[in-house]
Amino acid sequence: MNEKETYRVIGTRPLRPDGADKVTGRALYGADLRLPGMLYGAVLRSPHAHARILSIDTSAAEALPGVKAVVTAADLPDVEAKVASLGEGSVNTRYQSWNILAREKALYYGHAVAVVAAASVHIAQEAVKLIRVNYEVLPPVLDVLQAMQADAPILLRDLRTDELGEKGSALTNVAAHHQTKKGDVERGFQEAAVTVEREFHTATVHQGYIEPQNATALYNQDGRITIWCSTQGSFGVRDQLKDILDVPVAQIKVVPMEIGGGFGGKNNVYLEPLAALLSKKSGHKPVRLTMNHADVLSATGPTSGSVIRVKMGARKDGRITAAQAWLAYEAGAFPGSPVTSGMGVIFGPYAIENVLLDGYDVVVNKPPAAAYRAPGGTNAAFAAEVVIDELAEKLGMDPLDLRLLNAAKEGDRKADGVAYGRIGCVEVLEAARNHPHYRAPLPGKFRGRGVAAGSWGNYGGKSSASASVNSDGSVNLVEGSVDIGGSRASISMQLAETLQIPVESIRPQVADTDTVGYTEGTYGSRTTFATGWAVYELGRRLIGLLCERAAQLWDVEPGQVTYEGGVFSCGGQRLSFAELAGKMDETGGAVVASVSVQPETWGPAFAAHIVDVEVDPETGKVDILRYTAVQDVGKAVHPAYVEGQIQGGVAQGVGWGLSEGYYYDAQGRLANASLLDYRMPTSLDLPAIETVIVEVPNPGHPYGVRGVGEVPIVPPPAAIANAIYRAVGVRLTTLPMSPARVLEALGKA
Amino acid sequence: MRAFEYLSASSVREAVEALAARNGRARVLAGGTDLIVQLREGRREVDLVVDIKAIPEANRLEFDLQTGLLVGAAVPCYRMVGFLNAAGIYPGLAAAAGLVGGTQIQGRATLGGNLCNASPAADTIPALIVHRAACLITGPQGERELPAEDFCTGPGQTALQPGEFLLALRLPPEPEGFGAHYVRFTPRNEMDIAVAGAGASLRLAGSPARIIEARVALGAVAPTPLLVREAGASLVGKAPTLEAFEEAGRLAREAARPIDDMRGTAAQRRHLSGVLVRRALETAYQRASRGGDA
Ligand SMILES: Cc1cc2nc3c(=O)[nH]c(=O)nc-3n(C[C@H](O)[C@H](O)[C@H](O)COP(=O)(O)OP(=O)(O)OC[C@H]3O[C@@H](n4cnc5c(N)ncnc54)[C@H](O)[C@@H]3O)c2cc1C
Repeated sequence: MNEKETYRVIGTRPLRPDGADKVTGRALYGADLRLPGMLYGAVLRSPHAHARILSIDTSAAEALPGVKAVVTAADLPDVEAKVASLGEGSVNTRYQSWNILAREKALYYGHAVAVVAAASVHIAQEAVKLIRVNYEVLPPVLDVLQAMQADAPILLRDLRTDELGEKGSALTNVAAHHQTKKGDVERGFQEAAVTVEREFHTATVHQGYIEPQNATALYNQDGRITIWCSTQGSFGVRDQLKDILDVPVAQIKVVPMEIGGGFGGKNNVYLEPLAALLSKKSGHKPVRLTMNHADVLSATGPTSGSVIRVKMGARKDGRITAAQAWLAYEAGAFPGSPVTSGMGVIFGPYAIENVLLDGYDVVVNKPPAAAYRAPGGTNAAFAAEVVIDELAEKLGMDPLDLRLLNAAKEGDRKADGVAYGRIGCVEVLEAARNHPHYRAPLPGKFRGRGVAAGSWGNYGGKSSASASVNSDGSVNLVEGSVDIGGSRASISMQLAETLQIPVESIRPQVADTDTVGYTEGTYGSRTTFATGWAVYELGRRLIGLLCERAAQLWDVEPGQVTYEGGVFSCGGQRLSFAELAGKMDETGGAVVASVSVQPETWGPAFAAHIVDVEVDPETGKVDILRYTAVQDVGKAVHPAYVEGQIQGGVAQGVGWGLSEGYYYDAQGRLANASLLDYRMPTSLDLPAIETVIVEVPNPGHPYGVRGVGEVPIVPPPAAIANAIYRAVGVRLTTLPMSPARVLEALGKA
Repeated sequence: MRAFEYLSASSVREAVEALAARNGRARVLAGGTDLIVQLREGRREVDLVVDIKAIPEANRLEFDLQTGLLVGAAVPCYRMVGFLNAAGIYPGLAAAAGLVGGTQIQGRATLGGNLCNASPAADTIPALIVHRAACLITGPQGERELPAEDFCTGPGQTALQPGEFLLALRLPPEPEGFGAHYVRFTPRNEMDIAVAGAGASLRLAGSPARIIEARVALGAVAPTPLLVREAGASLVGKAPTLEAFEEAGRLAREAARPIDDMRGTAAQRRHLSGVLVRRALETAYQRASRGGDA
């Protein structure tokens, strides 16, 4: 379908449609919302990581003047175990309900136990302190290996291992064991001249979006519920609410406000059902709930910490003969870690004959894992890419040459048996090998250069959009995709390209669930791909309708009218898009169209990163001197935003690599639930991140688009670990590679 | 956050009376960069906040060659650092105060607040100690002075008695051949609290130069900032060599009583104590040999 080699709009860098509002502070976020009679809420959170709730006494809180409603788990319907699809991960509704408000047990530090609505947030906070909860404190389990032991404290009273599809009989913390097998690893290892085997540990980390979760609800007397919130997917919120509150979907309207970051962490609901229940109980007043950063860190998000064992073998010539991995991922309090997605990523860039993957989904006393940018992928690639680096060292090969020799190509089958389509893995590795950074000398002591590769499958999913043509030739576009990373621009550009009009003529609007057709959330690197596809179809439909109008004017058959270069023509007759739009009134009125798509042909993404570090051997501090990220993006619709996605992914990956990680004390309390002590890198900790865009168009998209947002977070920790090894000769296998860990590895502390 | 009363005191007496009347349920507000955060996060509850920024004596910032430097407890860091840098005096103190937060925080944060907040990791306290700073305290019983190293008594705990507050800090003049510095270690380059910090001062005399006075202080490795007397004493009488500095570092490492927490490990802090003391001494020595004004 990529008949067009040259585009007019795609590949340019126009200003984003939401730019002026955002830089002037006019864009409306959830916390800006003020409704008449609005109440404010506060949440009581568990101070214990694991405790049985014996009783909750809310009477003193209810008696405090200004308090309008108090809600506990007793106010939530006891929903059946239903699995709702959330795209990047599935969610069991009952567990989700248990997460919204602790029922029977509090399962992690920060688990919501009760919530209050009052005339002011200060009254609500005081009321929360008056709620008496009687806990029986239980021993917590915070470590994934410990949780897997037979004698570990059990979190859930109904959890039995799903062992390769068969349910086990004993109560356990191991929710599932998944396996993927290809060829015969034993034989593969016998063929190997060198093998490397190592165990890796990665920390629990948070998405770190800057805008905390917030939700405002109005539960109307007639049963209709309106929710204003910060979410990646308004329809996902609607689906979850319908299940958790057990109300018909038609009763719920979700209005997505602007969003200050999500990275996967704003697909699940936390506050929305609470705000709705409080609104109902307080006499149908609007109720707003907002988290602070401590709430965000202790009770939303994180992605799984993990333990991963990897063994790989290769022949003398560098051909990898076998790869095996054992992955245990923390799910948090309820099943649902991204371990299977980690299994998809772990050897993704390579064509390997013999592969065996075992993955375990394990509950621990931490908040339930949410999606986080390439969920599970960074953990997995850290393990595999460090092992490959060591293989290259043992074989005396250049680490990129070794990767290129084994790189996956079209037709190669992954461990799960699925064959790759046209992918850009080889092109990316070649671009990295030929980049001046890779060839530049790196003089100086305690400095080293590392490389790592990464893959991510991407996703498609359902998207809808509608549009109407204005009489001046501009087009109003209504889409359901929340704009987190510049998608108003990238979607408008694809519509403008299709309509052959300037992008400035498109007026995009992100609409609520009553206004636009079903659209999955902005996750899985799907939006520019799938919603882009929707507006491509939408554009074609509008052109078809306009051809009919031209045919009417010129008294010819619609099929005789052609559209090229922004001009409708037939014989000697010509009308530009805007001219024809100006004649809508005389040809039958408004021209509008709606489209819904569910494309299946998303293309996987590949990345290769090069990093130079300097280690201070006296303090263990690692400074990043230079960073280059090479990535196949299919087609960069808006190159500046593609670069921004790559740089953002690298920045977060550097955080995983060097400084981020949950720190629980022995009682399971999160000790670093603040942006001061949960150390995300600041601009001063990062160098300028150079990006190299490789374009191997996805044949499964009209404009060759592949998802770009997730794969850049996959390689950084491995690349940094490999660079540290070259700088100071020690292999770090635990994340984050903090100064304390580096010192320890150097034998200094 | 519960409602509390606010008083902007215009005299020392008014502040002392208000503080004494509330018997521990009142707190002084200087820049508020610690206090307001603590109140908002519910880590501290008070009935009354006494703002000292309108008290004239608390706003004094004076330097005299004979008596040294006087910094009122309401003087924000940006004002003090600008004053020191313009006059080319106390570069070691300016270095420490310049680390507190960023530009916005320094617009409000005070030296006195850093001291009275009594965080084991406070950046300016080791610098105050190695400068032999005196705390000028005022209260219902009148005024008294306390050496900076005796001011903090535990995490968040100070030697202030009910009704007392810190009015100013006084630093003796920097004598001929004196140099001081403070360094800290943070994993991030900004927005971070010291995992460990070290202040050092020394005074050189004679030719070839010998160290005739020295002080070493540590931060974030004990319940309070720590004056390590033995490390300072080990330097006195020696030539200013790397070996001498490393020996002082070794003694500091031994004096450290660190813990494991979310900011770092005990082993890391112990190790850093030695490294940072040596680094602080190296810069202090450079300053001392340049005549104290660099
Ligand atoms: C973003 C940010 C970054 C920061 N970075 C650093 C840093 O890098 N290093 C560092 O050391 N600190 C840092 N801090 C902490 C804080 O800024 C400093 O401790 C600052 O010096 C406090 O001074 P203040 O005037 O704001 O104190 P306040 O908040 O006004 O007071 C602090 C405490 O001391 C008491 N107090 C204040 N003055 C007196 C007085 N005269 N007499 C009796 N009691 C008094 C108050 O009651 C309160 O308990 C940071 C804070 C923030 C918010």
